[in-house]
Amino acid sequence: MADIQNYTLNFGPQHPAAHGVLRMVLELDGEVVVRADPHIGMLHRATEKLAETKTWVQSVPYMDRLDYMSMMCNEHAYCMAIEKMLGIDVPIRAQYIRVMFDEVTRILNHLMFVGSHGLDVGAMTMMLYGCREREDLMDCYEAVSGARWHAAYYRPGGVYRDLPDSMPQYKASKWKNAAELKRINEARSGSLLDFLDDFTNRFPKLVDEYETLLTDNRIWKQRLVDVGVVSSERAMQLGFSGPMLRGSGVAWDLRKKQPYEVYDRIDFDIPVGVGGDCYARYLVRIEEMRQANRIIKQCIDWLRVNPGPVITDNFKVASPPRTSMKSNMEELIHHFKLCTEGIHVPEGQVYSAVEHPKGEFGIYAISDGANKPYRLKIRSSAFAHLSAMDELTRGHMIADVVTMVGTIDIVFGEIDR
Amino acid sequence: MSAKLEVLSQNLQKHLGDRLDSFQVVLGEITIDVAPADYVYVMRMLRDEPDLRFEELMDLCGVDYSAYADGEWAGKRFAAVSHLLSVSNNWRVRVRCFAPDDAFPSVPSIVSIWSSVGWFEREAFDLYGIVFPGHPDLRRILTDYGFIGHPFRKDFPIYGYVEMRYDPEQQRVVYQPVTIEPREVTPRIVREESYGDVENG
Repeated sequence: MADIQNYTLNFGPQHPAAHGVLRMVLELDGEVVVRADPHIGMLHRATEKLAETKTWVQSVPYMDRLDYMSMMCNEHAYCMAIEKMLGIDVPIRAQYIRVMFDEVTRILNHLMFVGSHGLDVGAMTMMLYGCREREDLMDCYEAVSGARWHAAYYRPGGVYRDLPDSMPQYKASKWKNAAELKRINEARSGSLLDFLDDFTNRFPKLVDEYETLLTDNRIWKQRLVDVGVVSSERAMQLGFSGPMLRGSGVAWDLRKKQPYEVYDRIDFDIPVGVGGDCYARYLVRIEEMRQANRIIKQCIDWLRVNPGPVITDNFKVASPPRTSMKSNMEELIHHFKLCTEGIHVPEGQVYSAVEHPKGEFGIYAISDGANKPYRLKIRSSAFAHLSAMDELTRGHMIADVVTMVGTIDIVFGEIDR
Repeated sequence: MSAKLEVLSQNLQKHLGDRLDSFQVVLGEITIDVAPADYVYVMRMLRDEPDLRFEELMDLCGVDYSAYADGEWAGKRFAAVSHLLSVSNNWRVRVRCFAPDDAFPSVPSIVSIWSSVGWFEREAFDLYGIVFPGHPDLRRILTDYGFIGHPFRKDFPIYGYVEMRYDPEQQRVVYQPVTIEPREVTPRIVREESYGDVENG
């Protein structure tokens, strides 16, 4: 009889379903995966080491580039860590803005998740729909920060500036005539809050639309139901968090359990999955989009009627307003010291975590009193999730590997850092 | 200190009091220092004792203290710092274990207690050279195949030692010594304690 050996297959790093630069060495027995060994680090930029050579504020834009599908949530954890060490308070309006944009980010991320997960499993259309709505939300990013992705909008002590009164408009081109232009610019004629309000009114219907495409789709269910089952005990053992943990039936959400900013004042529900398979995790994320929509609505209502400062008036942390900087010696000095030397964070260590769309995103910062971090550790949820890849795929067919990659919702910016 | 933190610190003192090298509560977070000999026992207690019950290990990372406060650090150089989370009790703790030997840092592996720590220990080994005896698969994880050195140590330059380029003559990618000049835009400054007194800002 012939000597039969396991076959080793190299998946990625150049593979459309690898979500970036995942390389996986799969040991196969026929079509069944015996062992999966993910090789990561292809996108390792040593963000943590770079942060040690930059002042505290200079590293904020680096945070956008970690999980580049949920930019502002990364900034949020980082700014919260600095604020906690400094012991400063964030103005209430800035807290609402942060919560609102965290949820905008959550929708952005989950739309990308459903889209790319669909693409992996063979549902092309969802990606196109997802990108349609992502466009609107990225316009909101653009309106507040000028950048569609890497916003650098959250700053230690608040947010960079208040919400704008106007939205960027589409311009006439040879593809868009006047009538079309009028239609698509109509929602953009008011302020950012008007635009977002319009979006939140449209969005629940759109989620229904996605669900008609996928939730009861037979192919979708055949590919997802009972695939990659994780029990709640194993999920906790494997360090899961976010939708991966909730999909396994553990009711754990930092927004409820360890509320930060104004989440304790906002009414929303936490979906919890049953069964712990890929389908449960998909349903959890779909429901999270609906809940995020609810949160955004409440934030809009609050922000409309409550004007106020959006960044701390402590000039040792945040720059003074430009007008007073130009006329006052004291403020001028503050600005000069902030720009040339940066914030001095008192000696100590802190861990701050936010409920990131993908799970718990934590920043562990050690300061020795300098104007730069002594050590910055970024706890990314997907790093822990991907390390469970071997356990998730073992015994599954090779076609299920891409389902598993999709369900983890990985972005290599945050895994490799 | 909040009531919850109070209960947790009492429980920690009760069950592990004689095995803790230090116990600090700062900024609403508890940090305990554990000797390598007690490390595995303490970690197992933290997970299994019903009064503590830390089901999840969220993070483990290496720290190199050699340049702390411009070299004023007197203790051991390397530490493995882990962050534990209790889902059922909703509290967190930070456990720090200093490696006894600066020249060959080694901290026992806790992969038998939490499966999630496997990759975190690989990362700490890769970036800091901390060895975790008992780890089943301690390979490099983030750096390049065949990388030499541990890049996050404080004596490893931020620009590294080698750079990579395509060599048209050999028609392949080659490594060569770095050619860029080190440059620091904003110098690192540790001021006296009251400097930048944020509270009276």
